[in-house]
Amino acid sequence: MVEVTLWGALSQLAGGQSKVEVEAKDIRELFRKLAEQYPAFEPWIDKGIAVAIDGVIYRDTWGKTLPLGAEVFLLPRLAGG
Amino acid sequence: MNFDPRYSGRNFSSVGTRPIRPDGVDKVTGRARYGADFNMAGQLVGRVLRSPHAHALIRKIDTSKAEKLAGVKAVITAKDLPDLTNGDAGMYDILDNCMARTKALYDGHAVAAVAAIDARTARQALKLIEIDYEVLAHVTDVDEAMQHHAPLINDAIFTEGLEEKPVKPSNVTKRSQFGHGDVHQGFGAADFIVERSFKTEQTHQGYIEPHACVASVNLDGTAELWVCTQGHFVYRQHCAQLLGLEASKLRVTSSEIGGGFGGKTHVWAEPVALALSRKAGRPVKLVMTRDEVFRASGPTSATSIDVKIGARKDGTITAAEATLRYSAGPYAGSWAEIGAMTAFACYRLDNVKTVGFEVLVNRPKTAAYRAPSAPMAAFAVESAVDELAKEIGIDPVEFRIKNAAQEGTRSSYGPVYGPIGIGPTLEAVKAHPHMKAPLKQNQGRGMACGFWFNFGGQTCVDLNIGMDGSVSLAVGTVDVGGSRASLSLVAAEELGIDYAQLKAVVADTSSLGYNDMTDGSRGTFSSSMATISAARNAIKILRDRAAQMWDIPVDDVVWEQGHAVAKGDKYGNLGKLSLRDIAAKSGTTGGPIAGHSELVADGAGVSFATHICDVEVDPETGATRVIRYTVVQDAGKAVHPTYVEGQYQGGAAQGIGWALNEEYIYGKDGRLQNAGFLDYRIPVCSDLPMIDTQILEIPNPNHPYGVRGVGETSIVPPLAAIANAVSNAAGVRMTHIPMSPPRILAAIEAERG
Repeated sequence: MVEVTLWGALSQLAGGQSKVEVEAKDIRELFRKLAEQYPAFEPWIDKGIAVAIDGVIYRDTWGKTLPLGAEVFLLPRLAGG
Repeated sequence: MNFDPRYSGRNFSSVGTRPIRPDGVDKVTGRARYGADFNMAGQLVGRVLRSPHAHALIRKIDTSKAEKLAGVKAVITAKDLPDLTNGDAGMYDILDNCMARTKALYDGHAVAAVAAIDARTARQALKLIEIDYEVLAHVTDVDEAMQHHAPLINDAIFTEGLEEKPVKPSNVTKRSQFGHGDVHQGFGAADFIVERSFKTEQTHQGYIEPHACVASVNLDGTAELWVCTQGHFVYRQHCAQLLGLEASKLRVTSSEIGGGFGGKTHVWAEPVALALSRKAGRPVKLVMTRDEVFRASGPTSATSIDVKIGARKDGTITAAEATLRYSAGPYAGSWAEIGAMTAFACYRLDNVKTVGFEVLVNRPKTAAYRAPSAPMAAFAVESAVDELAKEIGIDPVEFRIKNAAQEGTRSSYGPVYGPIGIGPTLEAVKAHPHMKAPLKQNQGRGMACGFWFNFGGQTCVDLNIGMDGSVSLAVGTVDVGGSRASLSLVAAEELGIDYAQLKAVVADTSSLGYNDMTDGSRGTFSSSMATISAARNAIKILRDRAAQMWDIPVDDVVWEQGHAVAKGDKYGNLGKLSLRDIAAKSGTTGGPIAGHSELVADGAGVSFATHICDVEVDPETGATRVIRYTVVQDAGKAVHPTYVEGQYQGGAAQGIGWALNEEYIYGKDGRLQNAGFLDYRIPVCSDLPMIDTQILEIPNPNHPYGVRGVGETSIVPPLAAIANAVSNAAGVRMTHIPMSPPRILAAIEAERG
């Protein structure tokens, strides 16, 4: 079980919760279970969500393992120049 | 991806050296081929008709007279670019921006285009296109656009991110919020509070090379596009989707690029050129004029930002808050969101809150500009930080050091930091001789910090070893800042060969797997990771071939300093085999030798910089002169230090222009008044001092060599550093960028009363 911190927009879609607990081994499973629990997340996941695991931001590596006790933070997927 | 990207300390042979740039001779002799330098047999000239109105309904377009003009081969409108976006709102906006469908949304919005046998005929044809507009009320100012009475740009927009869905549409597309702790409590604990409002005007990336492309669509559904871009694979995807082509049948070749800085990450002219070619049945060359680049490409946001920061007498910040309003042009964006995330990223804060508002205006669609949105946020925050330090009576560098984020700090945007470089850049600035140099009358010194995320992304590299032992490297990230040189150094390092033995090229979309855009400071970070992976894969094959040549098990062969070496006493008589020795025999040991890599480079390390600036202000005219400038930035590992220094200097130079002169000026009619380099003044060499640089190397733990992106962070601190210097020189706090002479003079006179 990992504790996932949501940023403001997702927090609103999760009924105001800023943290949710999800049983997931990697980012792919995390997104799948979040979409099951909170269907409103699905379009956001499709648009792109970045996942910070212990401070390191992952944008595309959905196979990345979520270590036990890791700090998992969801962030908007940003543009660069 | 079977590749371990983790950092491992090592001594470098090639990485960190400064060989001459491989593209230099072509560029200084004029041989390098940029976007407009390519031609196809039988090509036509494309020209675009643009709206003269900031906001207007398109009632009717009559192209019949233009079509009858001799020499005109095709005329297109939005009807020739049918909506194939399948509900993808972002792609629909791109389509609408390429060619207005029902409304012209800004001065310069494309409404029709022609392809003709020459430029004169094309221009004549544009004049024969008749458009019946219903002019609508417009709004170009970010604050005015938020007002309830402001003209509505898109009545289908209801602000996202509010607790309750609004009942009325508005120009605010989204509200976003970041932070932690309790700012009310934090401000309650403060002995000093600074609260200020700031504005920054819209600027353009100012790349010297205008957008240019040559498009050719064939009857069999295949097509070619030669184009100046930061990401030819992304352009292929977008153009294929908008034109209904199969991506693999559209071959896109990127030209040399005369600057992009985020402005060449979006398609504008390319789908139009392809649509013209499809209709005309001939290749079409489309080159934007400078006027078109200003009016109809993608400048940065104009902003309006409120900042409040509180601190105790001992210099500890107790709370920080900002509200950021960013213009997005007429289409939804996430620019304020990025500003809200980056605004306080340099600091260790228990109580922080940022709120961003994305605002539609009748201006061109905002595009990324080098660390997009961060410079404006840093300007507001770092100005307030400087002012707060003054109120407390503490040195501004010491104040920042005391409050700087460090490893383990919870960032203002959420996650906890790993190893980061903000503290070391501040310590380096504190110790820098620049900080102790004397100042003369009317001169002021300022410093400021900046942060940028940096990104990675999908990346693909092919490394091919010729039979003569020379090595070619095919990469898919466009070389915007020296990546061909740095990637050659990385391949030389891994293979253990000389840099001169390598040649790197940017491959076209039919020759290499997909690559994301060169943006987010990812070029060298991502492609070096893929290059290391490809080289290591090639080394496996080289070892295997050496084992065949020696007729020994491959496990007994190791790769050392560019040679296969047989390990163990029983092979004592075997000499080393060089890469050239092995390559020469490749035809009989299994064929061509190559290493490939396809990966997602993630884990780009965040980046920090601190800048120092000295400015002289003429109190009689408000004119400024930057007299000394120093950049200190963490590079993780500088692969080619000269290029890294160039990125630092380039970011500072662009920041100086943004801070002091550059701005989009709109008339009351909503039309851009200064769409040219005479009236939109970017800095030239004579405006700038030698920009000094200091590279710090705090390894990124998620790259084998510790590399971080370096391209963007250098533009984050200048606005604030220069504003602090000007404020110190003029004796009045400057809150509006650019600090042009009239604005400075007005501030001085207002202060004098």
